[in-house]
Amino acid sequence: MTDMFKEKITQPEKLLEWKKKIIASRPIYEKTIVVSSGTCGQASGSLPVIEALKAEIKKRGLGGRVGLKITGCHGFCQLEPNIIIYPGEIFYKNLKADDVPQIIEETILKDKIIPSLVYEDTKTKKKVIKQKDIPFYQKQIRLLTENNLRVDPTNIEDYIVIDGYQALAKILFNMTSEEVIEEVKASGLRGRGGAGFPTGRKWEICRASKAEVKYIICNADEGDPGAYMDRSLLEGNPHSVIEGMIIGAYAIGANEGYIYVRMEYPLAVKHVTIALEQAKAAGLLGKSIMGSEFSFDIHVVEGAGAFVSGEETSLIASIEGRRAFPRQRPPFPAQSGLWGKPTNINNVETWANVPLIINKGAEWYSQIGSQMSKGTKIFSLVGKIRNTGLVEVPMGITLKEIIYDIGGGIKDDKKFKAVQTGGPSGGCIPASMLNLTVDYDTLTKAGSIMGSGGMIVMDEETCMVDVARYFLNFTQEESCGKCVPCRVGTRQMVEILTRITQGKGEEGDLEILENLAKTVKAASLCGLGQTAPNPVLTTLRYFRQEYEAHIKNKACPALVCKDLIVYYIEPEKCVGCLLCLKSCPAGAISGERKKVHVIDQNLCIKCGACLDVCPPKVKAVSKYTGQKRDRLLKKSLRKKR
Amino acid sequence: MEQILRQFKPQQRNLIHILHQVQHKYGYIPAEAISRISDYLKISESEIFGVLTFYKAFTLEPRGQHLITVCLGTACHVRGGDKIADDFARKLNIKVGQTTPDRKFTLETVNCLGCCAIGPVVVVDGKYYSYTTLKKVDSILSEYK
Repeated sequence: MTDMFKEKITQPEKLLEWKKKIIASRPIYEKTIVVSSGTCGQASGSLPVIEALKAEIKKRGLGGRVGLKITGCHGFCQLEPNIIIYPGEIFYKNLKADDVPQIIEETILKDKIIPSLVYEDTKTKKKVIKQKDIPFYQKQIRLLTENNLRVDPTNIEDYIVIDGYQALAKILFNMTSEEVIEEVKASGLRGRGGAGFPTGRKWEICRASKAEVKYIICNADEGDPGAYMDRSLLEGNPHSVIEGMIIGAYAIGANEGYIYVRMEYPLAVKHVTIALEQAKAAGLLGKSIMGSEFSFDIHVVEGAGAFVSGEETSLIASIEGRRAFPRQRPPFPAQSGLWGKPTNINNVETWANVPLIINKGAEWYSQIGSQMSKGTKIFSLVGKIRNTGLVEVPMGITLKEIIYDIGGGIKDDKKFKAVQTGGPSGGCIPASMLNLTVDYDTLTKAGSIMGSGGMIVMDEETCMVDVARYFLNFTQEESCGKCVPCRVGTRQMVEILTRITQGKGEEGDLEILENLAKTVKAASLCGLGQTAPNPVLTTLRYFRQEYEAHIKNKACPALVCKDLIVYYIEPEKCVGCLLCLKSCPAGAISGERKKVHVIDQNLCIKCGACLDVCPPKVKAVSKYTGQKRDRLLKKSLRKKR
Repeated sequence: MEQILRQFKPQQRNLIHILHQVQHKYGYIPAEAISRISDYLKISESEIFGVLTFYKAFTLEPRGQHLITVCLGTACHVRGGDKIADDFARKLNIKVGQTTPDRKFTLETVNCLGCCAIGPVVVVDGKYYSYTTLKKVDSILSEYK
C-alpha cells in the first residue's frame, strides 16, 4: 500500500494522483505470477501451491525480480489450481505444490515452457499456451469477470489501478441523480437476479418515494444450487460491487446500505468486509465521499441458511432480525422496505455492471446483447459438461454455442439430454431447442427462466423425473411455510414424484401433478412458490415419455432411480479380481479370485460401489431396468431358494 | 455470553448476529443463552426460538467434534452427491443431521456451496474435498479418526 491510502480522498483529482502514485511505487518485476485462488481454487489445492511459490521465490532470492499476485476465480474452475505467468500470458493448469520448483527453474528463469502443465484442447489435442486462446474463453465477452485476473481482492490499490472508483468520481461531481438514472435506463440493464426487471426503472420508483431515510441492499444470498457467479464477483472483485452500490445510493438518495451474503460463502464475506474497511479508510465510503456532500455507508449481514431469504421481502425481514418470511406486495420495497423505508434491492451482478455503464456510457453498453436484454450475463456451466466453469457471454448467444463451443460438449462423449436453467425456479430445456437464444424473454417462453445464471447440463444418464423430484424436494424443504399452496402443494408434488421414482406411480398421477402445479403457481405468495412447479412442468412438457416409462413399465430409462434398477455382473466379462467384492458395503457380492462374482439382489442396497471400482478395462458391472431387471431379480430369488 | 452481548446494541436487528456468535462459540444454542438473549433484546423466548429453528445455521444440540458437510446442489446431485452422503451415513452409522454417539462426527448436507465445477464436494471443518467418489469416503474419514 502507498502512503496515500492513509490519506482520505478529498477531491476527485486525488483519485488519479493516487493511481499514478501506486503505479510509480510498484516494483517492475521481470515476471509476475498470477494465482487463481477463489473458493474453487482453494478447494482444489491453490493454497499449498501459493505457499510453495512463496517459499521457492524466497529460497532462490528472486523476491525483487518475480512478483506474485493472488486473485479470485478466473472462471475455468475445472483447471484449478492454475496460474498465469506474465509477460507471455503462459497458462499452467491443475498444479500441485510439487510442480513449483520446476516452474521457477524452467519457465521463470529459463523462459522454457513446460508442456505437461499446458492446456490441451480436448477436441483437437493441440496445446494452447495462452489462457485467452483456449476455446473455452473465445466466445466469451468478459466485461466483469476479466478484472478478476488483475485484482488482488484484499488490496484496494489494485482496483484503483484499473480505474476503480472513477465512475463514482464522475457521477458525484458531474452528474445529477436524475442523469445517473437516465443513463442506467438508457443502457437497458435488467436485474441479474432472475426476474429481469429494468434496473433504471427500479431506481426511479425508489427515488420518487418521498422519505427522509432510504436504503440500498445488495442481494448476495445466491441460493440457487448450481449458480455461483455472485460468489466469484464478491470474492474476486468486491470493490466493483461496492462502487455500483454507492452510485445507486447517490441516484436514489440513500445513505445506508446492506450487503446480505449467504453464510455458505465465508471467503466472500471476508473479502467484502476487507474491501469495505479499505474503501472507508480511503474516503470512498462514509461521510462526504471524495469531499462531496454525499455520505453513504455499507454494512455486511451474514445469512443464516434459508433459501427463501433470496426473495426481497424475506431478505428484508432477515436483516431486521426476524424469520425470513416473505410478505404480500404491494407495497413494494421501493415504497416500503427495510424498517418501512423505501428500499432498493439489486443483486451482486447487477451492481457490478453499474460502474461499467457509467464509465463507458449507456450507448456503448446497449450495443452488447440482444434487442430486449442488454450487456453480458455470467453463467455457471456445470453438470455433465466437458468444460465446467463460469462463462460470461453476450445476451442473445445460443444455448448451442454455450454448450458446444464454450463448454466443449458433453463429458465422455455421451448424448446431450437437457439443460436446466434458473435453478429451482427454472426448467429443463431439451435438445430440440438448443438453437434458442439466451435472454430473459426467450427462456421464459420456453417455460424456464434466466434466473441467476445456473446452467446445469444433463446427459442421457440423467433421469428427468429424478431431477424434477430433486428440485421439488428442494423447494419443499425450503418453503417457509407461510402460505398454504406452497407449503402443502409442494409437499404433495414431492410425494407423487417420489412414488413415481419408486415405481409406485399410478395412472392419473401426471394429471394430478399438472393440476397441483397450476394451483401452486397461481396461488403462492412469493416467487419461491410461484416458480417452484417450473421444473415439473417443463419436464412434463418435454420428457413426458420418461414419466410414462416410470409409471407404466416401472422402468427408469436413464438407469438412475434406485428402486427401478438392478446392478448385475456380466459373467462373460468378470475377471474375478475381488475389487467389487471387497468394496461392497452390504456384503452382497460372493465369489473367489479368478472366478465370476455374483450380486445377491436380496442384499444389494444399490449404492453403486461395485460399478465405481470395476476397472474401466473390464467394465463387468451393468445396470438394468424394466423387463430385464425383473428377469434378473427372479433369477436371483430362485437361486436363493 | 456477556462478552458476545456487549458487542451489540439491544436491537432486534442484532438477533441473528448474536445467534451466529453463540453458535460459533458453543457449537449450538444452549437454552440458557436463549433466555439471556431474550432479557437483553426484550424479545420473547418463543420468538427467538422461532427465528433460530427457522435458519439452518443454528442447532439446539451440540455438534460433534468434526462437521462433515456433503453438498447436494444440483451439479453435485447429477454427479452422485447423494450416494456420497449415503455412504458417509452408512460408515458412521448415523443419519444425515445426526451426531455419532461418541460426539466425534456430525453429518450434514447443504444445498449448494457454489463450487459446482468440482463436485461432488464434501467439506470437513472448513476443508474442501473436490471430485469425491465412494472410494474417497474412507480416506477422508481416516484423516479425522
